[in-house]
Amino acid sequence: MPDKKEVKGVIERISGSLVVAGGMEGASMQDVVHIGELGLVGEILEVNGDKASIQVYEETSGLMPGEPVVSMGEPLSVELGPGIIEQFYDGIQRPLELIEKAAKSPYISRGISVPALDREKKWDFTPKVKVGDDVIAGDILGTVQETVVVEHRIMVPYGIKGKVSKIEKGEHTVEEVIAVIDDNGTMHEVKMLQRWPVRKSRPVKTRLAPNVPMTTGQRVVDAFFPVALGGTACVPGPFGSGKTVIQHQFAKWAQAQIVVYVGCGERGNEMTDVLLEFPELDDPQTGQPLMKRTTLIANTSNMPVAAREASVYTAITLAEYYRDMGYSVALMADSTSRWAEALREMSGRLEEMPGEEGYPAYLGTRLASFYERAGRCIVNGKDGREGSITVIGAVSPPGGDLSEPVTQNTLRVTKVFWGLDANLAYQRHFPAINWLNSYSLYTERLDPYWDEKFDDQWSGLRTEAMGLLEQEAQLNEIVRLVGIDALSRDERMVMETAKSLREDFLHQNAFHEIDTYASMEKQFKMLRTIVSFHHAGLDALHKGAPMNKLFNLPVREQIARMRYLEEKDIAQIDKLEDTIKEQISGIIPVGGDTNAA
Amino acid sequence: MLPREYRTISSISGPLMMVEKTQDVMYDELVEITLSNGDKRRGRVLEIESDRALVQVFEGTTGIENDDTKVRFLGKVLTLPVSRDMLGRVFNGRGEPIDGGAQLIAEQNLDINGMPMNPFSRDYPSEFIQTGISTIDGLNPMVRGQKLPIFSASGLPHNRMAAQIARQATVISGHEDFAVVFAAMGITFEEASFFMEDFRRTGALQRTVLYINLADDPAIERISTPRIALTAAEYLAFECNMHVVVILTDLTNYCEALREISAARKEVPGRRGYPGYLYTDLATMYERAGRLKGKSGSITQIPILTMPEDDKTHPIPDLTGYITEGQIILSRSLHRQGIYPPVDVMPSLSRLKDKGIGRDKTREDHADLMNQLFAAYARGKEAKELAVILGEGALSDEDKAFAKFSTVFEDKYVRQGEYENRTIKETLELGWDLLTMIPVKELKRIRDAYIEKYLNPLLKAKAEKGNA
Ligand SMILES: Nc1ncnc2c1ncn2[C@@H]1O[C@H](COP(=O)(O)OP(=O)(O)O)[C@@H](O)[C@H]1O
Ligand SMILES: Nc1ncnc2c1ncn2[C@@H]1O[C@H](COP(=O)(O)OP(=O)(O)O)[C@@H](O)[C@H]1O
Ligand SMILES: [Mg+2]
Ligand SMILES: [Mg+2]
Repeated sequence: MPDKKEVKGVIERISGSLVVAGGMEGASMQDVVHIGELGLVGEILEVNGDKASIQVYEETSGLMPGEPVVSMGEPLSVELGPGIIEQFYDGIQRPLELIEKAAKSPYISRGISVPALDREKKWDFTPKVKVGDDVIAGDILGTVQETVVVEHRIMVPYGIKGKVSKIEKGEHTVEEVIAVIDDNGTMHEVKMLQRWPVRKSRPVKTRLAPNVPMTTGQRVVDAFFPVALGGTACVPGPFGSGKTVIQHQFAKWAQAQIVVYVGCGERGNEMTDVLLEFPELDDPQTGQPLMKRTTLIANTSNMPVAAREASVYTAITLAEYYRDMGYSVALMADSTSRWAEALREMSGRLEEMPGEEGYPAYLGTRLASFYERAGRCIVNGKDGREGSITVIGAVSPPGGDLSEPVTQNTLRVTKVFWGLDANLAYQRHFPAINWLNSYSLYTERLDPYWDEKFDDQWSGLRTEAMGLLEQEAQLNEIVRLVGIDALSRDERMVMETAKSLREDFLHQNAFHEIDTYASMEKQFKMLRTIVSFHHAGLDALHKGAPMNKLFNLPVREQIARMRYLEEKDIAQIDKLEDTIKEQISGIIPVGGDTNAA
Repeated sequence: MLPREYRTISSISGPLMMVEKTQDVMYDELVEITLSNGDKRRGRVLEIESDRALVQVFEGTTGIENDDTKVRFLGKVLTLPVSRDMLGRVFNGRGEPIDGGAQLIAEQNLDINGMPMNPFSRDYPSEFIQTGISTIDGLNPMVRGQKLPIFSASGLPHNRMAAQIARQATVISGHEDFAVVFAAMGITFEEASFFMEDFRRTGALQRTVLYINLADDPAIERISTPRIALTAAEYLAFECNMHVVVILTDLTNYCEALREISAARKEVPGRRGYPGYLYTDLATMYERAGRLKGKSGSITQIPILTMPEDDKTHPIPDLTGYITEGQIILSRSLHRQGIYPPVDVMPSLSRLKDKGIGRDKTREDHADLMNQLFAAYARGKEAKELAVILGEGALSDEDKAFAKFSTVFEDKYVRQGEYENRTIKETLELGWDLLTMIPVKELKRIRDAYIEKYLNPLLKAKAEKGNA
């Protein structure tokens, strides 16, 4: 614990969410302060002599020069312990439900102080160590069942090691001592409630390569542009192109044990949507409501802008805490652009030298150090547990123009780029991920994993499918110049298959009860069937089958409806292979066979 | 606290003035300015540095002199007196009556900036509003509590369309207490009187509150006008339990006033000179739409903005689209073809449609039908483009069908009368009727069951007619 020293000053200047206080000698950067008679929460951004520039996390209207400013000498921190899952926090970890109760109003009033973790609730603590055991930081002292699906692991805090001299089984509040650790005579009391400064990443033991997939149930993602556990991805796109829906889809269907969802400067209703929907939807992995593995953080666009900047750090610190327990955590941030804009706004008020488009020169490093907190690793503790944080950030480029600084700096550090395309969205082709310019740097690393699972066919199928779409784009150019009749029969087949790939595989309706999620098994079968039809079709064309008949075979309608098959019925897709053969052989003219042979 | 009076204006710049040697001034405090000729103006504190306060003057600073002007700090932020009696009244952009009627007797005085709604306290909007306009009801359905702007451009009939929506908007489940709050920002007298006349003629005026800042009214006043209107709306919706539709027009004029202040403060300009906080500023207004748990009222917002140079990527429509729950975009090309309402279907969007439609709300087939109409129209338009280059002959038979579909779609589905109020059932039937032009196997977005139930009878009837 750092020494806490209280510093008291007075307000000198107020400009929007920036307050400058005088008489602050001894205060440090990043310390939390309470401002004015209301005790608004803020954080010191800059110290200059006895003056401190403070970003205020609440609306400043009504503040006056001369009102007090008090620094507690502690950086902005989150509370860690059981009770985080299923919570709905604001940007600085205040539970929004408690804010509602304290304000006695549906509006967020100011100066409300509520604890992040319930102080009264008793948790049933089950020790995993005995008195006399040697422990080091990160070792699991015991567990608490936080929700039906999340076992909360209470760890030895960083900086502490020694012999367990006391361990308390049974019902405890988060503030009660559950263990005492004796470090050569220095006694450390450990509670379930621990704290961590949000701007400092929590250490890990070793980093691992991202070669395990994190499936999302979204076909264009899993099959074409996959993300790995511990990976980083970004989804840039203009408004209405589907950033939020795809983030919600990930939060619902991603194969992660814990989901941290941060709504950063976006719509209030989108958070309400998650809040109302997640308790009702079951996680396909556990059969339990999705909310049982989820924590939500919201600084919606009408909430104070400075807390927007803090919200992503609050989120990633909570994610790190669960990673340290040994979980795979997925963090969705919608939208990182709003965070960057909050940074720009404060930088402007501090009168810093503006960089590109008014963003501060340190935008790139800030983004990079945020995404660096993702990763798959062996966490601290003797047992060598593995944990991961996968970070997916939405980016909202002004006018959809990707050349702007936030997108460009994000692309420099993230490994997957899902480029959303306004034209696809206008055609209601969702997810509107442009298959020609998106990429994933994990694709090759993950291929061996799926090839092993799917009889060495996976990577071949994907490569072929991507190739067909690429060819379609080139053929489309020709069609636009001289018409479809200029294409050869083989080329027409390519166009048909590419269309089938787009409409029957890549297109996926998030709001259709079945189509919304596809297992890898189902994705594989669908892809294989479409490609099989392509091969059989080409063969039939070579043998003289009429193109019209081929393209209008009844089996094509079955192919188009594969996506609506429930997971329990996907074996039916296998049977389509025979149907394809059968129907195609029916349209090959007699003697055609000999022709080809 | 006593109001304090100063004669210490040290500098004036655009709509801003600096007042020196101030004491106990609050951030955002309301200010009253008395000119040497006795004229009174109002303003608010934008920034305080020790004993200097930067004040934004709502009516502008012309005529203010450094020595002879008195500045009083009123010890409160700008508030609006509200009561149910606002209904039927006309106010100026600062909230003062201009209809010759009495001053309002306030039930409450509310801070015009409002407070952020707690997302935990929100209720998700899901109650379908029938506007009687097919391109909205059928393709971009609106729900109570939604914020759905109209992106227009100069010379397009956005006012007529907004008036039609205000006139026709009903909820399927029946009539309830409703009100319209109308805020004009920098529009012409002619435009404002068009709305007033329409409200009067349809008898809606008694249920309407109007705040009017015209083109020749002070520009800086426009910063407050929408906030005043929304404060009135919040009172009517959540204190008086009414369903309130707020029409804000024209947001482009609002943003220009904001840019003017930002320039006067010498702030680092963002895109096209608009301040970097334009997004946040707009969000604090747009996000005041919605529903609250445990309250029966609602605020539905229809902001109207004109896109400079018809450019959707201009910061005003762009940032609006990032905040609002969709957008209805008007098309100049449809307007030129004489199609009213000229809704550009492809880029228009209602984000809250999914929970507002379907069985028990509109009809089970609504979502599938909507998706199919979009897909078919997109394909038809593409085919038509191709036909322009290569000639009709280059199209496949299917593409020909789609091309024809898209033409008829614009003529029958998009086009409708200004007083034509289509029920949702009529709109859905019209959609199915148009789909009969397309080969069934191309209707991939629709479940078989619905094709069976809604399309096949139409196809059968068509075939019988053909035979006869
Ligand atoms: N996968 C999808 N399936 C169906 N509809 C989608 C899908 N993705 C997006 N949409 C549609 O697009 C709209 C806009 O998506 P959204 O994610 O809110 O966009 P953004 O966050 O990029 O502004 C949604 O309201 C929905 O109607
Ligand atoms: N990767 C891509 N990203 C964005 N648009 C694409 C991409 N590939 C193709 N397109 C465009 O999308 C359109 C194809 O959409 P669609 O109408 O579904 O095709 P089809 O006419 O074959 O049904 C074409 O105009 C094509 O140029
Ligand atoms: Mg979004
Ligand atoms: Mg096409």
